[in-house]
Amino acid sequence: MTEVKRSDVLIIGGGIMGASAAFFLRQRGKSVTLIERGLIGQQASGTNFGNVRRQGRFLPQLPLANRSREIWGRLNELLGEDAEFLPSGHLRLAYTEEMAGRIEQYGRDARPYGLELEMISGNVLRDRFPFLGPEIRAGSYSPLDGHANPRLAAPAFGRAAKRAGAEIVERAEVLSVEQEGGSFRAGTADGRVFRAEQMLITAGAWGSRLSQQFGEPAPLVVHGPQMAVTEPVPYGLEPVLGIATTIPEEIIYLRQVKRGNIVFGGGIRGPASAETLRAYVKPENTLGQLAQITRIVPALRRLNVIRVWSGIESYLPDDIPIMGPSARISGLHYAFGFCGHGFQLGPGVGDVMAELIATGRTSTPIEPFTIARFASSATNQTGGHP
Amino acid sequence: MSRPGQPRFMRLGETGRTPITLTVDGETIEALEGDSLLVAILTARGRLRRSEFGPEARSGFCLMAACQDCWVWTADGHRLRACDTPARAGLSLVTEQPDLSWPNRA
Amino acid sequence: MAEPRLIIVGAGPAGIRAAEQLVAAGLRPVLLDEGQRDGGQIYRRQPEGFTRTPEQLYGTEAARAVALHESFEQLKPQIDYRPRHLAWNVADGVVHTISAGKPGQFAYDALIIAAGATDRLLPVKGWQHAGVYSLGGAQIALKAQACAIGRKVVFMGTGPLLQLVALQYHKAGAEVVALLDTSPFHRQVMALPKLAARPDMLLKGLRIVAGLMASGMAIHRGVTPVEIHGEAEAGVTGASVRLASGEIRRFDCDAVGLGYHLRPEAQLADLARCAFTFDAGTRQFWPEIDADGRSSVPGVYLAGDGVRTQGADGAEISGALAACAALEDLGRPVPEARRAEFRARARIMERFREGIAEAYPWPAHLAADLPDEAILCRCEGITVGELRDAANAKGADEVNRAKALTRVGMGRCQGRYCGHAGAEIVAAATGVPLEAVGRLRGQAPVKPLPVAAGEVEP
Ligand SMILES: Cc1cc2nc3c(=O)[nH]c(=O)nc-3n(C[C@H](O)[C@H](O)[C@H](O)COP(=O)(O)OP(=O)(O)OC[C@H]3O[C@@H](n4cnc5c(N)ncnc54)[C@H](O)[C@@H]3O)c2cc1C
Ligand SMILES: Cc1cc2nc3c(=O)[nH]c(=O)nc-3n(C[C@H](O)[C@H](O)[C@H](O)COP(=O)(O)OP(=O)(O)OC[C@H]3O[C@@H](n4cnc5c(N)ncnc54)[C@H](O)[C@@H]3O)c2cc1C
Ligand code: FES
Repeated sequence: MTEVKRSDVLIIGGGIMGASAAFFLRQRGKSVTLIERGLIGQQASGTNFGNVRRQGRFLPQLPLANRSREIWGRLNELLGEDAEFLPSGHLRLAYTEEMAGRIEQYGRDARPYGLELEMISGNVLRDRFPFLGPEIRAGSYSPLDGHANPRLAAPAFGRAAKRAGAEIVERAEVLSVEQEGGSFRAGTADGRVFRAEQMLITAGAWGSRLSQQFGEPAPLVVHGPQMAVTEPVPYGLEPVLGIATTIPEEIIYLRQVKRGNIVFGGGIRGPASAETLRAYVKPENTLGQLAQITRIVPALRRLNVIRVWSGIESYLPDDIPIMGPSARISGLHYAFGFCGHGFQLGPGVGDVMAELIATGRTSTPIEPFTIARFASSATNQTGGHP
Repeated sequence: MSRPGQPRFMRLGETGRTPITLTVDGETIEALEGDSLLVAILTARGRLRRSEFGPEARSGFCLMAACQDCWVWTADGHRLRACDTPARAGLSLVTEQPDLSWPNRA
Repeated sequence: MAEPRLIIVGAGPAGIRAAEQLVAAGLRPVLLDEGQRDGGQIYRRQPEGFTRTPEQLYGTEAARAVALHESFEQLKPQIDYRPRHLAWNVADGVVHTISAGKPGQFAYDALIIAAGATDRLLPVKGWQHAGVYSLGGAQIALKAQACAIGRKVVFMGTGPLLQLVALQYHKAGAEVVALLDTSPFHRQVMALPKLAARPDMLLKGLRIVAGLMASGMAIHRGVTPVEIHGEAEAGVTGASVRLASGEIRRFDCDAVGLGYHLRPEAQLADLARCAFTFDAGTRQFWPEIDADGRSSVPGVYLAGDGVRTQGADGAEISGALAACAALEDLGRPVPEARRAEFRARARIMERFREGIAEAYPWPAHLAADLPDEAILCRCEGITVGELRDAANAKGADEVNRAKALTRVGMGRCQGRYCGHAGAEIVAAATGVPLEAVGRLRGQAPVKPLPVAAGEVEP
């Protein structure tokens, strides 16, 4: 075994959470080593839909989402690279009066958190968004939300962190983590050892494999949200569109990128495996999505789908992530299990975790996300693998 | 060499088939029954479409439904793969990309 | 036991001979093919109403073509033939099709994939211009539609199809300005021992060369393509190469047929999760098979040019062998004597395939030497320089990573035409061996799937 590097902070997992945390820790002057099993941003962070959406989120998560949105707005200057963030607006749509009522209520509830939403219905909705299908009754418009390119964002954070002096170690899987004499130690599959004063686990769907080594397993399950993209057509669909519904088959969201392709996702999730690192798209799920996207924008029925994909995402029983300090060990921090909503949060999570690690506290409330909420389930966990 | 309006393909035989007419960019062209849409257009014109990401005209590439470079728009906004779609009398096609209001035409 | 459900994808020589074996064993396979008519690539049938004779259409292969078409007519009542059915996906033992906009599902106990090949391409600066076609495309224009791709045509690249198509164009009355082959002549001489495995084919090849010599067209071997000249509106205006002598020569033309032999259409095998392996001889990944065409996935068999570029005769044999393997694995009797014959001939076909690959090598160095400004991905308009930058400055030393960062391979063609060259460029730029640079993972749909398919109940 070889001693490789000692740093202030050791980050395990180079998705958008780990990469942005590395970047912001460097901004706060901490020395950082980030260890990634594959390549930066290759998992959920690189395969997701790309929604940079706040509306519809768990309300107590909005302060974090707002902080993240603010960073998205200046990402290009911050990183010196374009992650194609487009604040094109986000339109959350309802087919029924009941759902229209719910999204309207959400708009009222979100206002105290600083999220201004505009409820639109009837002819006004159709005049402003003439492409919407006849079944759509109402929509809630969030003018400052939008979308970005997931294939670019996390790698851009990784490169910017590296330029700022972070040590980025790719193609190295951490197998063991422990606390040893007041500092943290991580051992990789290829026999390297890393040490640091503090540790941050941002290992996505694999987070519990590491947290359980500190006695804090988390009940993660994995799924593969189903994605697809059409051929490019002229850029005429500005806002990101999504359906608010309680029927899983009806869930669908879509966005057009500036180059012209229309990306969509939703519906029944597909099989994913944290062991084989594969997530599959079921053909019948793709067909199911096709039936739904033409309900939102009927003109899409003339287009063709050219590619489908999925990614491995982890979910917790209450559908909110684990984020914050360990409940047991000081100097240890977690940010994983983002339940299908983490891309938008990524820059904010990195910033908050950097603040927390560097200063011991954060101005953004994250208490609801503590790992302590699963402390009782720790005892009856058996295998522990997600 | 071949100018915008100039035919790209040259017939070498099988010209005894029944003539049919189609419309391309608003003008009537003559083709033969049994032509693929690609051949019908390119024996009368120089291009099928325009590249989305460059300045150049495109005229298909593989002719075997593999490259997807030959998709054309019909005048009423539908999409056809020209190399493996038989030409039909009366079809009306455009070789330019549609304008930004395409999503509004259901 | 219920009748096993057998599905064949592809009604070319491989698929038809596979169907024949299964019918002989008393089974009724489903034969899916996206084409309007049977015959596959080489024995492609012209549309109804065309009058050229098989001799005019298929030349020396006329008798084989007619034999295959006749076998198929006899088979037709005994199989479930589904033309115009694209197999767009395969998962969990079900082939998913789309036909006239309608989705369909075919569950199988055994699946024989005989999807054929497409041209293997290497970009050259200017290949995005209108008037540049794949060699196969140029041949289809002639065979299926009695057209030439232009008035003055240059054929460029390498492989047996290059010479064949040039000669077919000349014979049909088209003006062939030049045949520009990247393979030096001595490579063909060196490959003679392997090519001699099939003396009939060798002889046919020599006759093609003789026909070309007599045609009077300019023929240059060992060339380096430099550029296809063109204008945004008018398309191709010429092609320049560096001759073996070092001289740069320009040929005026309005069309170019371009191709570097063939590559297997292996997407379905990939979606069926068959394992792939790197072939150093042709510098590409292809699906693993045993001598009879069994893939790494039980119940999935691969045959024809869709797995190894052996040509039409090899395709017929490998189709029959794959069917025998499926029968055997289903516990059905196998015609042992016939199979032994097929296997012996299959070995000859494989030796000949190696000979062709050596005679007309994939010129990897040409991909590595492409100028930065050349378009690499025709679908998305991505340049060689953009890919090199991702490989060097952004550390993308693996093709799927490079795809994620640059979109190379993300276009409509799914990387069919830029994938091999892209991998070579990444390998050359990073110094990582091609084998480790990897291959683009297959993603459904195999070809574009109409959104309107979702509105139809399957
Ligand atoms: C298909 C899909 C669509 C989605 N759509 C959206 C959306 O539109 N909007 C949105 O906000 N969110 C979306 N999400 C969710 C979002 O992508 C994720 O929540 C977010 O990317 C999680 O980031 P992460 O860094 O925690 O995880 P990941 O990106 O998965 O990163 C974790 C990293 O840790 C590494 N790792 C794990 N274990 C180890 C180890 N032992 N040693 C070293 N490295 C290790 C992994 O290799 C991986 O790279 C979607 C997710 C998916 C899969
Ligand atoms: C353009 C071209 C020209 C060629 N010309 C010659 C030549 O002149 N001489 C020569 O010896 N060899 C030629 N070859 C090689 C020739 O392809 C083979 O020798 C022979 O045709 C291989 O037979 P096969 O059955 O393996 O495949 P093919 O004959 O190609 O048949 C494959 C069939 O599968 C179908 N198919 C493919 N994918 C799907 C799908 N997803 N769903 C449904 N159907 C599908 C296709 O429609 C096709 O009918 C040529 C190849 C190409 C590509
Ligand atoms: S020309 Fe390639 S798909 Fe039509």
